[in-house]
Amino acid sequence: MRNIITIFKRELSSYFATPVAYVFIVIFLIMSGALTFYLGNYFERGQADLNPFFQFHPWLYLFLVPAIAMRLWAEERKTGSIELLMTLPISVGQSVVGKYLAAWMFIGIALILTFPIWITVNYLGSPDNGVILAAYIGSFLMAGGFLAIGSCISAMTKNQVIAFIITVVICFLFLLAGSPLVLNFFKAWIPQNIVDAISSLSFLTHFISISKGVIDLRDIIYFVSLIGFWLYANTIIVDLKKAD
Amino acid sequence: MAFPIYSINLTMIKINNLSKKFGHLTAVENISFQVKPGEVLGFLGPNGAGKSTTMKMITGFLTPSAGEIELCGFNVNDKPIEAKQRIGYLPEGAPSYGEMTPLQYLEFIAQVRQLSGQKKIERNKEVIERLHLDKVLNQSIDTLSKGFKRRVGLAQAILHDPEVLILDEPTDGLDPNQKFEVRELIKSISPEKVIVISTHILGEVDAICSRAIIIADGKILADDTPDGLRSKSSSDKMDDIFREITSGKIS
Repeated sequence: MRNIITIFKRELSSYFATPVAYVFIVIFLIMSGALTFYLGNYFERGQADLNPFFQFHPWLYLFLVPAIAMRLWAEERKTGSIELLMTLPISVGQSVVGKYLAAWMFIGIALILTFPIWITVNYLGSPDNGVILAAYIGSFLMAGGFLAIGSCISAMTKNQVIAFIITVVICFLFLLAGSPLVLNFFKAWIPQNIVDAISSLSFLTHFISISKGVIDLRDIIYFVSLIGFWLYANTIIVDLKKAD
Repeated sequence: MAFPIYSINLTMIKINNLSKKFGHLTAVENISFQVKPGEVLGFLGPNGAGKSTTMKMITGFLTPSAGEIELCGFNVNDKPIEAKQRIGYLPEGAPSYGEMTPLQYLEFIAQVRQLSGQKKIERNKEVIERLHLDKVLNQSIDTLSKGFKRRVGLAQAILHDPEVLILDEPTDGLDPNQKFEVRELIKSISPEKVIVISTHILGEVDAICSRAIIIADGKILADDTPDGLRSKSSSDKMDDIFREITSGKIS
């Protein structure tokens, strides 16, 4: 635990030591605001809720989270600092979790900084703040899911561009796992119960159900186990490929 | 029976039949050696001889294909954390986290090495003094010269006062004065420690090493004191001896 915290602190402060943090946060805030007001018709709808805000989060994360995740391990391997990290008395799992939590926390900070929109909606009307809180939790969990995939992919390559593109593609498949686009591809040659299983992996379905204000234990378990799975795979890959 | 204080053989590094293969390429082939406290072992060999690979296995970064490594009584593969706690390691090229300042970096290493309180302050002060880092403490490592980066890497390696010090080309990229200082540093910490260094500079072997292992193509060609190596050759110059041994003229 102590080692995880040490890695966590180092990683988190390194975001703010470079322009990465500020660029990410500014872009995230501008994009989420612009999408809410222009594409989401926030005012025109005349409803006091944050649906127009949250409905674009999956698509924002699709590009912004892989941008954060791509450097997690690819950069360590590129600069050689992985050799230092892996020869310190810290286990691979502790490093993976520490780095992951720092990146997740960083995205959480960006998410918290969207609070003006919450103030706005409370100023304009009287929304159900319970639903908004649930949607924030769902959004944060979904970001964690994207990030775990990205962290794992980042460990497979030294090239951050490759890590980014592959992560976007895999995240896209997970996002749309419940849509005809993905399901029709499988339907032709895979039994129906496996197709159903694939469709139940959809980020979008789980996120939408949480963002309606229903925090179902199954949705939480889904995201937590997804994160656990990808981080476990991440640990194995770092261990296998650290010296390549 | 003798009083058993000195009857225990205090071997700190024990390597048995170590091999490393990368696909079809054999980087290190069946090497064995031991190092005792107080020894400064110089690892010599042409580029690609297997020096760095061996060091990476000793420090637990690479997993051997075969063979055993024991550090201070801990098997590196079975008890990696215990072994790593006792090592200070300067990897080739002295990688570090470039966006940090040396001060932040040493603080991070101190936390990982579980140094705290007075001990941490003392160790920090000592390595900063010994490696003359005081002027660059608050500059990001990325902006430092090659020599300073190397010294930051050395500071990291010796911060926790480790029993075993593994230094991969510690003086590479330093100017003659800095080289001299690093050698003095190694000499001053050597009496109670085990130090393994790899180098291209053969003069360094005479200057600091009590023993030299010459390896080429993953095999140990010679394992002797610098004077012992000299006695095998007609030449008195380390460069000539090295060339004769690695080209197979003497063994």
